[in-house]
Amino acid sequence: MLKYVLLLFLALSTVAASAQEVEMADGMRAEGKIYVVVAILLLILIGLIAYLVMLDRKVSKLEKRISERK
Amino acid sequence: MTKNWWKIAAVILLIYTVVAGFLMGVPRLVIVNETIRALYFHVPMWFGMVIMFLVSTLYAIKYLRNSDPKNDILSVEFANTGLLFGLLGIFTGMIWANYTWGSPWHGDPKQNGAAIALLVYLAYFVLRGSVDNAEQRSRLSAVYNIFAFAAMIPLIFIIPRMTSSMHPGSGGNPGFNMYDLDSKMRMVFYPAVIGWILLGVWIATLRVRTRNAEEKILEIEDYA
Repeated sequence: MLKYVLLLFLALSTVAASAQEVEMADGMRAEGKIYVVVAILLLILIGLIAYLVMLDRKVSKLEKRISERK
Repeated sequence: MTKNWWKIAAVILLIYTVVAGFLMGVPRLVIVNETIRALYFHVPMWFGMVIMFLVSTLYAIKYLRNSDPKNDILSVEFANTGLLFGLLGIFTGMIWANYTWGSPWHGDPKQNGAAIALLVYLAYFVLRGSVDNAEQRSRLSAVYNIFAFAAMIPLIFIIPRMTSSMHPGSGGNPGFNMYDLDSKMRMVFYPAVIGWILLGVWIATLRVRTRNAEEKILEIEDYA
């Protein structure tokens, strides 16, 4: 019985160990370079959103001008 | 500003998606490794596409009921935005597949289904472009729009589940369970989906408003 319990523990511990070994970008995180990626993506996102906001305002102005014409 | 609250919500949710999507913890999985974070960007494209196409179909039905040209404009512009999301979804999927499945086009049922669905929607624009009469164009394309939506659902969501597909959530796969079980990912994934959908609606409404303005200018010019 004890043999099986030990075997089960061994199997579980190897599963846990292999889960730890999965390669992730830990180094990048440790060096803080991940913040560079986030900063670049944020700039692109905010730039695109600002463009959308300006487009939105332009269309609003156009709509106002049209409704004044009528 | 009060009626634009959802646009602000979209911006906040998307900024949160980028920040939390890259900085928060994810499960350590073999093969996908760190690319699991693409889930926050690739999958919401498809959610966005389905919502845009659904809205498009609803306005197509509305057009068939009352023949108001405004419904036709809403229908076509939501289909346009849906197509944009679908193309982004398929290309992001190809990049992801290249690193996890081994090649960008794997002939996987999910990929093929998505490609056929997009072709069905491209035919919608071909149909619109080939009819000169505005009223006929609106009516024909509204009918086709309903067919396209009805074809898209089984192509993307049913057939890949019935055969063997490597795509998560498809045949022989445990679905989103392995990701979904991770509550940390869910905290980013759901806000991401809502944020991207709201951005899609924003783009679509901008297109609709430009088209409506165009129509009104034409009307004014006709009077003058």
